[in-house]
Amino acid sequence: MALDPTTIRRIATLSRIRVEDDQLAPLAQELNGILGWIEQLNEVYVDGVEPLTGGAQMAMKMRDDAVTDGGYAEDILANAPDRNGAFFAVPKVVE
Amino acid sequence: MLTDLTIAEARDALKAKQFTALELTEAHLGGIESLNPRLNAFLTVTADQAREQAKAADAAIARGEMRALTGIPLAIKDLFCTKGVRTTAASMILSPFVPPYESTVTANLLRDGAVFVGKTNLDEFAMGSSNMSSAFGPVENPWKRRQDQNAVLVPGGSSGGSAAAVSARLAMGATGTDTGGSIRQPASFCGLVGVKPSYGRCSRWGVVAFASSLDHPGPFARTVQDSAILLGSMASHDPKDSTSADRPVPDYEAACRRGVKGLRIGVPREYRADGMPAEIDALWQQGVQWLRDAGAEIVDVSLPHTKYGLATYYIVAPAEASSNLARYDGVRFGQRQDGGDLTEMYGNTRAAGFGAEVRRRIMIGTYVLSAGYYDAYYLRAQKVRALILRDFNDAFQKVDALITPTTPSAAFAQGEKMDDPVQMYLNDLFTVGANLAGVPATSVPAGLDSNGLPLGLQIIGKPFDEETVFAVSAEIERAAGFSALPQIRAGA
Repeated sequence: MALDPTTIRRIATLSRIRVEDDQLAPLAQELNGILGWIEQLNEVYVDGVEPLTGGAQMAMKMRDDAVTDGGYAEDILANAPDRNGAFFAVPKVVE
Repeated sequence: MLTDLTIAEARDALKAKQFTALELTEAHLGGIESLNPRLNAFLTVTADQAREQAKAADAAIARGEMRALTGIPLAIKDLFCTKGVRTTAASMILSPFVPPYESTVTANLLRDGAVFVGKTNLDEFAMGSSNMSSAFGPVENPWKRRQDQNAVLVPGGSSGGSAAAVSARLAMGATGTDTGGSIRQPASFCGLVGVKPSYGRCSRWGVVAFASSLDHPGPFARTVQDSAILLGSMASHDPKDSTSADRPVPDYEAACRRGVKGLRIGVPREYRADGMPAEIDALWQQGVQWLRDAGAEIVDVSLPHTKYGLATYYIVAPAEASSNLARYDGVRFGQRQDGGDLTEMYGNTRAAGFGAEVRRRIMIGTYVLSAGYYDAYYLRAQKVRALILRDFNDAFQKVDALITPTTPSAAFAQGEKMDDPVQMYLNDLFTVGANLAGVPATSVPAGLDSNGLPLGLQIIGKPFDEETVFAVSAEIERAAGFSALPQIRAGA
């Protein structure tokens, strides 16, 4: 399943990472090297095996759906690259 | 030298008022001032804050209120959010970030009286095994090759700055995180004890996320006892992390004195890499003999899916990373690069803010999760992960702990293994299984290679049985009598 430059372009778009055209071919070579090595997993017989999602051997905990914390607008906005009053400022989304 | 003391020795001396916490902190800050420009172990030095914390520690000691780490200078991996102190994950994208909150692990250490001397360098977002992917430059390993003093060696990674800092006596201990070996591999490369506890033992809350099902906070120290003291403080049940284990934290320091008599220790036959240096194999056999001599029963065991651990990891970890790192979009925090519209702003911000290895892993992760490829890659990897866990569970029916080498080589030089990402990934061959299975594991310095570089042995235990892991680690430490010192260190 070798990746071609068109697929790399699609992955870059999904990843929201700008990739210059002249980087597509070297990137394809790198990613194909990694994916080719990963293909060894195809040797493993996995029929009937339940997938394991995590390292925690325990049931997920439930909690009340209630607000327990908050009210730190100024703390949170302190790291904003751009703000407008008590809001985050972003480039125009709707024309 | 105050900087040569262990945490346990310093604790007793502080209690006996042989010196003050401020003197102890000043000794370490002096070491940082003279050596950090060369080592680049710290990204941020918090000297003023450390002095204030040390004075508070002295006041507590005067009142007779000593806690587990009162007045002990520690280094904090720059992946742990520290309130009011810049936290970068060694990435340009987080370079301006000052957290408005404290991670649970560092809050626990502060509760116990610790002094934080600074934030340590790492591979960007903890992705790497050499500290070479940091956006703020590499870290120098304080150890040198006997025959080649000019070679600048890597400290390992991703927690390379933490390992270099403790090894060079710039801090008495440090926090790290271990996703595939990022505590144990640098501990082995720098002659330290590194502990990756069970998944859920230390809260991940406030730790910048890389791969949530694999990330484990844990300590670095120069002795097994010191690492037990640190883990005892770092570990807790935390309702803010839904995967945090609701179990009491045992007395790890006491567990170090248990001995190994009557324990069954497994030697997994698959932990033998192609081209692994003979001296690492010899050290492993030596470690087995030490445990046998101390009264343990040695048992051959098999972990048949060991060879598939790394490939599984390089699907699961990038998949989780691509999701976790989606939050870095330049909107609410971090460094923004403008663009014509929102999508272009995202693309520009992430292209400028992430380094090559992070971009590579996000793209691999995005691909293995994308429509049409999810079953072939991600789902298959999760099934192999289940088989790897089954291997460990089967082995632990027969034995109490496992002994293996930590790494397939000693520390390598900066610039080596950089051309092919897969060559770098092979560093984690022996360590990654414990992350996939969530079981506790340590690396303990056990000897030197022919270049005079430290080599570690890894002890792996049953889930939440860190106590046995500490008992076995302490026996290895006793038998090895590792006393070599790095050439570059405070006071040398």
